Amino acid sequence: MGEHGHGPPKGIVRWLTTTNHKDIGTMYLVFSLVMFLVGGLMALVIRSELFQPGLQLVDPAFFNQMTTMHALVMVFGAVMPATVGLANWMIPMQIGAADMALPRMNLFSFWLLAFAFLLLLSTLFIPGGAPAAGWTLYPPLVLQTGQAFPMAIFAIHLMGASSIMGAINVIVTIVNMRAPGMTLLKMPLFSWSWLITAYLLIAVMPVFAGGVTMLLTDYYFHTSFFNAAGGGDPVLFQHVFWFFGHPEVYIMILPAFGIVSEVIATFSRKPIFGYEAMVYAIASIAFLSFIVWAHHMFTVGMPLAGQLFFTLSTMLIAVPTGVKIFNWTATMWRGSISFEPPMLFALAFLFLFTIGGFSGLMLAIAPADFQYHDTYFVVAHFHYVLVPGAVFGIMAAVYYWLPKWTGHMYDMALAKWHFWLSAIFVNVLFFPQHYLGLAGMPRRIPDYALQFTEWNMVSTIGAFGFGLSQLLFVWLIVKCVKGGERATAGVWDYQHGLEWTVPSPAPYHTFEKAPEVR
Amino acid sequence: MSIAKRMLMRSAVAGVLAALATMPAHAGWDLLNMPKGVSELSREIYDMHMIMLWICTVIAVFTFGAMIWAMVRFRKSKGAVADGKMLHNARLEAAWTIVPVLILIGMAIPSVEKLIKIEDTSGSELTIKVTGYQWQWHYEYLGTGVSFFSRLARDSDAARQKRSGIDPRSVEHYLLNVDKPLVVPTGTKIRMLLTANDVIHAWWVPDFGMKRDAIPGFINEMWISVDEDKPGTYRGQCAELCGADHGFMPIVVDAKPPAEFRAWLEQQMAAAAGSRLAATE
Ligand code: HEM
Ligand SMILES: [Cu+2]
Ligand SMILES: [Cu+2]
Repeated sequence: MGEHGHGPPKGIVRWLTTTNHKDIGTMYLVFSLVMFLVGGLMALVIRSELFQPGLQLVDPAFFNQMTTMHALVMVFGAVMPATVGLANWMIPMQIGAADMALPRMNLFSFWLLAFAFLLLLSTLFIPGGAPAAGWTLYPPLVLQTGQAFPMAIFAIHLMGASSIMGAINVIVTIVNMRAPGMTLLKMPLFSWSWLITAYLLIAVMPVFAGGVTMLLTDYYFHTSFFNAAGGGDPVLFQHVFWFFGHPEVYIMILPAFGIVSEVIATFSRKPIFGYEAMVYAIASIAFLSFIVWAHHMFTVGMPLAGQLFFTLSTMLIAVPTGVKIFNWTATMWRGSISFEPPMLFALAFLFLFTIGGFSGLMLAIAPADFQYHDTYFVVAHFHYVLVPGAVFGIMAAVYYWLPKWTGHMYDMALAKWHFWLSAIFVNVLFFPQHYLGLAGMPRRIPDYALQFTEWNMVSTIGAFGFGLSQLLFVWLIVKCVKGGERATAGVWDYQHGLEWTVPSPAPYHTFEKAPEVR
Repeated sequence: MSIAKRMLMRSAVAGVLAALATMPAHAGWDLLNMPKGVSELSREIYDMHMIMLWICTVIAVFTFGAMIWAMVRFRKSKGAVADGKMLHNARLEAAWTIVPVLILIGMAIPSVEKLIKIEDTSGSELTIKVTGYQWQWHYEYLGTGVSFFSRLARDSDAARQKRSGIDPRSVEHYLLNVDKPLVVPTGTKIRMLLTANDVIHAWWVPDFGMKRDAIPGFINEMWISVDEDKPGTYRGQCAELCGADHGFMPIVVDAKPPAEFRAWLEQQMAAAAGSRLAATE
């Protein structure tokens, strides 16, 4: 395979043996979409139980399995693989390379991920059920997991290995395979954001792997890393987890930053404002993300100096984040703006991610966090940054590049329906959760006191509206793959970037001869 | 719309309305903000929260205003032509880096002050040790021999069983009631020592402002103080996932005027001494 001019082999063999970056990108994206639906179904189980006070549908134990699995599936199965899929498709095309640098490893990391999820999801069907200690896996609670425990840990190891390989591949590709003239500071912002994301992944995934391995030895060999009775400390795990976990949230959002930058520039018909500042802002966010982790742990009883440090360092992240938001706004300023579906999603991102940023800033203030922590206010915060943040960013990317991938234009009217329903319902779903949290509803509970009924009902209605709207997305993609009006090479009427110089659909092999970049 | 579709819509709307109609008149629609609470700390925290909320609101008005202005003013459909030379502007970019830094410093100062106060447990007049168990709380009035467990009230426990057939609305303080509440004096600085027996729990009564983790093998500290003029019953919940019944280990605190509290404590001490005596005989 891979010789000049050859197309792919036909049928299933193609997908099992392909080392083509576009095929692998497609597999990642399809995998991610399936996981998005699976994780979404779990969310609907959670929201259905929370529609009314009282337990109507599930046991508390199963409820906890659902919250845990929902989070693991969405983080590691939906958002991260989607961005890896986009990286696979787009980075070689953006930098003028023929493929990813390490194609066989690329394929291996995809199948590792698929196997990891087979393992993780199968825990739902074993006696004792899936892990139920929350995606944060805090001991000692997580050590009460039954047979699912080693399976979940092994699955996490595999996901981590897969992510690290993906990250190495991105770095090696970008460092070595840029077309002549494509200097780093000419590189499109999506590729830039992924380069920095890849370094974050390589830095923190091993730390997480170490942490869960210590859980494993505590479980089987009584090593007592996290057991006070044996001289350990349960809070140590929280430090290790969040040293991984906070950069992890940026691993999910940075690629979306890159996407939104490209989309806003395209549909404002104007180059991005402050390109270099955008690159430096991503880099500073990435750096700061390593020194803020304990803002997730203000209630564990840290010394005063620790609380002050983590409050102040966390607030600092708002500065580069603000720079990005202002630069996006300035990109639209004196532009010539039109509202195609990718732009609609990017604009919703701009507004709603910013709301999540504001609540993040509030959470950063340790004294106030004593009230907010572990309530629905936090749930609202991270869903604003993750759903209309990371997920809308990914959807903007799909609507932006889908014609390039398939060679067909998609159904614009349907895409707009998908957008408006998603944008409205996502707020119906998550905005009331701010109220619930402030009014005192803890997170991760299957049943609640009566005064929380009303806003929970609203939230559940929003959840079903949002969930059902995503079926339009699936339908639209299927329709677009099957056919549609032919897309031109440029697709949109203002383009920037090498991907728009090749025909649509992009040929199986692009840039076997490196393009010239002026 | 076809008739079938319209009927479907109508029954969906009717279903939602019926669900909404079953709610009591004094429903939770107006629960939108953090409670001010009944202690100095909770008010400080509330103030901090409101400062942050207003600062964020003002910033939001400006940034969202600029975004909306751009979207309205510079649309292609209105004939806007892109200014392709607008690539960067050092002064502007410096301004929107420095101004946020100044705002952040403005936010940081009061939060540091408040934090120092919150962490200062000195000068307390009473110490209560709180231990989290799966799934109940244990309270111990240090130095008095008084201690007891506190768990979800029977009627809530019956109603919360899956498909119990009992309407939660018929239960008083559903899920927020216990068999034996913690009793504290008002107008007194109380030091709470928090720990746990099995997994991590967190002790939280929103009206007191604070929440802190109860961690097995370690002892955490915090202080609370209920306003002198606000005796009453205050309710909270465990705030750290602690297993299947995490949602079912409420906290209820009965704040009594100091004299009443002393009477209660003496009576408890006598009872405790009596039962110790009985046990040794
Ligand atoms: C302005 C930037 C941000 C700030 C200042 C911020 C701050 C915080 C703080 C302080 C918490 C801890 C709250 C608590 O548990 O009491 C938190 C939680 C969280 N944040 Fe952010 N955040 C920001 C952006 C983001 C982004 C970009 C993401 C992801 C895309 C994100 C995802 C999360 C998640 C997943 C949690 C909850 C984790 C859990 O407890 O399960 N945040 N954030
Ligand atoms: Cu964080
Ligand atoms: Cu709990």
